Amino acid sequence: MFGTALIVFREVLEAALIVGIVAAATTGIPGRTRYIAGGLAAGLLGSILVAFGAEKISQLAEGMGQELFNASILGIAVVMLAWHNIWMSVHGRELAASAKQLGRDVVSGAREMSVVLVVIAVAVLREGSETVLFLYGVAISGDASQGAMIAGGAIGLVGGVAVGWFLFKGLLRIPLRHFFTATSVLVLLLAAGMAAQAARFLIQANMLPSLASPLWDTSGVVDNSSLLGKVLQGLLGYDAQPSGMQMIFFVAVFAAILMGMGWARKRAAAPAPARATPATT
Amino acid sequence: MKRLALAALLSLSLGAFAQDKTDFAIAIKDHKFSPDRIEVPAGKKVKLVVDNQDATPEEFESHSMKVEKVIPGKSKATIFIGPLKAGEYKFVGEFNEKTAKGVIVAK
Repeated sequence: MFGTALIVFREVLEAALIVGIVAAATTGIPGRTRYIAGGLAAGLLGSILVAFGAEKISQLAEGMGQELFNASILGIAVVMLAWHNIWMSVHGRELAASAKQLGRDVVSGAREMSVVLVVIAVAVLREGSETVLFLYGVAISGDASQGAMIAGGAIGLVGGVAVGWFLFKGLLRIPLRHFFTATSVLVLLLAAGMAAQAARFLIQANMLPSLASPLWDTSGVVDNSSLLGKVLQGLLGYDAQPSGMQMIFFVAVFAAILMGMGWARKRAAAPAPARATPATT
Repeated sequence: MKRLALAALLSLSLGAFAQDKTDFAIAIKDHKFSPDRIEVPAGKKVKLVVDNQDATPEEFESHSMKVEKVIPGKSKATIFIGPLKAGEYKFVGEFNEKTAKGVIVAK
């Protein structure tokens, strides 16, 4: 039962961190709860479908279907998070200023929220399908009794969700003046980390060279299989032994989003005299 | 100088010859890998075919080799690893971590 709890916890944790960050980063946008719930539901449903289609997916692309599938959904999440961050770099402050004034900029708000829906669905899908497969395996192997398995899964699920919840609540305590900087830095790192993970799957599928691998090795300090390593990986894209190719993906996506944010802010501020806000926040 | 270059070339091609094998097979049975220790050439991309003979799915995972792949029950999966520096690399079946353990030795 404990083993089941631990594995489910580890799988849920990553998705929960993403949901926690995204939920915090979209504070103040009308109708946000509905979209987050929609994303969760779509992700869970997708997880079950993907888990039971796992064998079919694996056989695609000459046996590299799983890698391509993972790289693609990570790619989708990266694009969505990039879009989110660029949008928020213009509208975030405005939303905070009119937090009580619902309905402002509803059209672009709704578009932004469908992006959030996709990000959450994709995050849940990726981790969820593995959890479903794992639980299915435990269920048919008969190693653990049905009750213990359900209990273990539930403990893991609650634990993972709790971490995401605390992250969400913790982020909300950040004073407004730093709030958007904090959440956009987190989303930026999240997107760059996901891009690096996508690169890893493409390397595994033999579609990209790994280049220098590993660039460095800090697994003696914080190993990726440890709990701290897992949290850091989810939050910052931490990898104890990154390859050169992963680093390139991380830096390229990081820089591209940052430039997009700077560009969007400059464009929004264009009619008014140049703003003092540096583009690098 | 010329002789040295020739010797270097010869040893290089000999080395390449000796380490020609880049395809390896591992089976999973009763949540255990067999073999659970494989020697592979260092500095080369290696192809690993993992045959999961159990009815249950398994996740082949190694942080040091940067590999993560779900293998459904009763099916085979191809995994590309490396090029690895010389050394030992552990891997596990994440769904049955207690029994499914192995190590790849790059030489």
